[in-house]
Amino acid sequence: MDAQTAGHGQVFETEVLIIGGGATGTGVMRDLALRGIHCLLIDRRDLNAGASGGNHGLLHSGGRYAAADADTAAECRREGDILKAVAPECIDACGGLFVAVEGDDPEFAARFPEHCRAAGIECKAITPAEARALEPCLSEKVVAAYTVPDATVDPFRITLENVNHARELTQSIFLSHTELERFVVAGGSIRSAICRDSRSGETISIHARQVVNAAGAWAMRVARLAGCSGVKLLYSKGTLIISNARIGARVINRLRAPGDGDILVPGGTVSLLGTTSQTVDNLDDIHPTVAEVDRLVAEGIAMVPEIAHTRFIRAFSGVRPLLLAAGAAADGRKASRGFSLFDHESEGLANFATVAGGKLTTFRLMAEKTGDLVARRLGNKQPCKTETTPLPSGDAIRWTEPGFAPRYWAARREPGGLILCECEMVPTSAIDAIVDNAPGAQSQMSLNAIAVRSRVGKGSCQGAFCSLRVSSHLYDRQVYDSPEGLRNTRDFVAQRFKGVAPVAWGEHLPQLELAEALHCSLLGLDHLADDRVVDDSAQQAPAGVQKP
Amino acid sequence: MIKQSRCHQAELLVIGSGLAGMAASLFALARGISVAQVGNSGVIAFTTGYLDLFGHDGRSFVDDPWQALLRLREDEPLHPLANIAADDIRAAFTGFTHALGEMGLGYSAPGARNLLALTPAGTLKPTLSLPLTMQPMIAAMAGKLDTLVVDFIGLNGFSARELAANLAPRWPGLHAQRIGFPDMDSGAEVYAEVMARALEVPATRQSLAERIRPLLGSAQALGLPAILGVHRPDHVHRELQSLLGVPVFEIPTMPPAVPGVRLRELFETQLPQRGVALEPQHRVKRLELGSHKITARLEDAYGEVTIEAATAILATGRFTSGGLHAEPNAIRETLANLPVVQPKGRAAWYRADYFDPRGHAINRAGITVDEQWRPLDAAGKPAHPRLFAAGSLLAHQDWMRQRCGAGVAIATAYKAVECAAQTMRYTSSAPPHFERT
Repeated sequence: MDAQTAGHGQVFETEVLIIGGGATGTGVMRDLALRGIHCLLIDRRDLNAGASGGNHGLLHSGGRYAAADADTAAECRREGDILKAVAPECIDACGGLFVAVEGDDPEFAARFPEHCRAAGIECKAITPAEARALEPCLSEKVVAAYTVPDATVDPFRITLENVNHARELTQSIFLSHTELERFVVAGGSIRSAICRDSRSGETISIHARQVVNAAGAWAMRVARLAGCSGVKLLYSKGTLIISNARIGARVINRLRAPGDGDILVPGGTVSLLGTTSQTVDNLDDIHPTVAEVDRLVAEGIAMVPEIAHTRFIRAFSGVRPLLLAAGAAADGRKASRGFSLFDHESEGLANFATVAGGKLTTFRLMAEKTGDLVARRLGNKQPCKTETTPLPSGDAIRWTEPGFAPRYWAARREPGGLILCECEMVPTSAIDAIVDNAPGAQSQMSLNAIAVRSRVGKGSCQGAFCSLRVSSHLYDRQVYDSPEGLRNTRDFVAQRFKGVAPVAWGEHLPQLELAEALHCSLLGLDHLADDRVVDDSAQQAPAGVQKP
Repeated sequence: MIKQSRCHQAELLVIGSGLAGMAASLFALARGISVAQVGNSGVIAFTTGYLDLFGHDGRSFVDDPWQALLRLREDEPLHPLANIAADDIRAAFTGFTHALGEMGLGYSAPGARNLLALTPAGTLKPTLSLPLTMQPMIAAMAGKLDTLVVDFIGLNGFSARELAANLAPRWPGLHAQRIGFPDMDSGAEVYAEVMARALEVPATRQSLAERIRPLLGSAQALGLPAILGVHRPDHVHRELQSLLGVPVFEIPTMPPAVPGVRLRELFETQLPQRGVALEPQHRVKRLELGSHKITARLEDAYGEVTIEAATAILATGRFTSGGLHAEPNAIRETLANLPVVQPKGRAAWYRADYFDPRGHAINRAGITVDEQWRPLDAAGKPAHPRLFAAGSLLAHQDWMRQRCGAGVAIATAYKAVECAAQTMRYTSSAPPHFERT
């Protein structure tokens, strides 16, 4: 189903339009493709640009919710088991610990095993000494400890695999940088979605039989564009920080009511300390702050004292789209982690559905329920197959895995090729595979897009140095052919900086200083001409050229 | 290995081996002052070789740095360069580039205007002086000459195509070609420093010229990444030009790069030959500011080293060089525990936008000095009568945004040495005996 050119814009036809390229949207895409349905997925930015890319990658055992929300806890446990079976390459089944330290509520700790039992979560009490033997980083002040089957998941890998699989199954399409502007509604259904390519400014019209709103935190806005006001979300900003090296072998949770700095999650070669919770009204300009970082560190030290001296390489924030039940208190910590599927039929639309709330751990289930509704509406009788069908990997989508690139580099048979990202050992061949064939490769592959699809920019330099080498390579390959490429690099490092500045102290500060010297003093990225320079010698020589 | 403690004595101790420290040693030598110098010369390898004086005034790139410095006296009276007479700055720059030339690394004479020099990305950087191996780029760009830029298979981060694409609007006659470097063309990574050393061998220059010659076509000039030798770049440059028959110029590569390695190796070989007791790979562990002498203690592979001097210049640089250290919420000076002028709390260090043209507050943090370039203590008095400071450690300047790194280093080193020399004149005790070990 190719794009046709009509008037000034492109026109696409598909069976199902899915809005939102996070875990849920891509999950719906794959779910439907497994039923033989063609989908077109759009995102206003790129894959995992929202909460799916701004989380700690925890595959919940359910332990975190066992006390407050047994249903969500049980759902997490079941979904965790399914994902471990169908996508083992995306998951590190590292296990988890819940620990209470001196001063934590002993009642809360004592009731934990009972809550886990009720949710069917395997939970074993161990002594503080045993806990410290498992995780030597734990504080001497641990007073109670339990093991749970927590795991971690690479949210980028799983999203890429979803899109890649859907592409293989039904030639489904993903369009990045495609922002929904309005729906054309007539006769009780959405006839088309009018979008804009945010890079070219071009209009894109999409005709679909069914429309799925999986826009995460933006789902309320999308629903309103369709005239539906039933979707009500609470926006809860969460900030996390990433350490330079992995701290614990397992997920380490604080055994108390959820609060700041109560979880330390390993992510390959690093660890993530989270998470703050702050209700926000605005989804734009969400960035970590120094105050949030300081709070995470101060709280994290209680469980793991070495956090006081840990080098952190980056902070980042995401927005949890939490379902706001009627009359519920606007408290992000207490709002439901469950999800809802809105069929919008009572609001007069027969081909629109919104899936909202939920968690990364439960994205497959959210996709299943949405897929069931959409398939039924399309008269498709195929059952959901995601519970048992393994996710296939591929050459272009395996580069997000920490440690994969160095193993690949060490095992390569042919000499030659260069390492473009030294922190994460990403070679030119990885960039080439992504540019040629990763999901989204049909549109221009910028540095940002490559970063989403690989480890580029995720190591200790945070892209300060590798971004320049990757840019040069993109110029060599003629992916870039004008000053626009360098502006793209400037924007990439400016974006990474927002996460680096709040953790810049100690050993990390020299790195940031060196980066600024390179970006500004040497390369002049702080004063790139935003317009193409006119060929006018009088004007172009602000620093008049001296005849040597 | 038998460890042995040693003691050097000198009239001046220079702490730091970046551009400011090296300039201070050269200026002191020129005044006949005996010098001991300690530093871990890491960051000098990150220089491009360009010597900028003052290149950006916060609004636009600066054409006439001397005019801009006059305005700086009004706009930023605390800026180190606003407190040095233009004649002193000119004498410092001229003296420094002249000394480099004498030691075998030729530089263009600092002039009245800034030059616009090429960066590896194809942007332009204002600079007052540049190595002779790079100088022909100025005329080639001014004349928009038909110019070939050659890059190399396996040389990471230097793309002639990138350079040409970014320069195309102002230099349409620039075009790019990629070749293999002689005997290093397997496709594996090649390193600029290795290529530079290889080009010191005449046969390699010959092979390289043979590879380039057929590509020249109508080109009137040739650009290459900075690989024209480490120790005799001017010679390598001249030889390659005569082999090819067109002006050849170097373009800096991503640091750490050959132009920085040249400066480091030049200083490390030449300064000791000129009598400086140089400990180039070490940091001072402890600095004792006694009433009669200043004592620095460190340890090298052969044991403990003590340096005693009548005067000292602190040129330890900023965070990257270790002169400043950032605690989570405070910045401190690492060697003499001098007070650091700084924004209050980490949240005030950086602006929200990385490329905010006003720059980040943390980059103007540093130590303050009196009119004699002596660091001030918490009471606002000189921390020691014969301790001076120079270089990027000084507060109230943003060398990265103002493109004044070399300017601050060279001009403040000149003044610090001048002030140190003045105190020697009035020191009642005889100058310490200078020993070379």
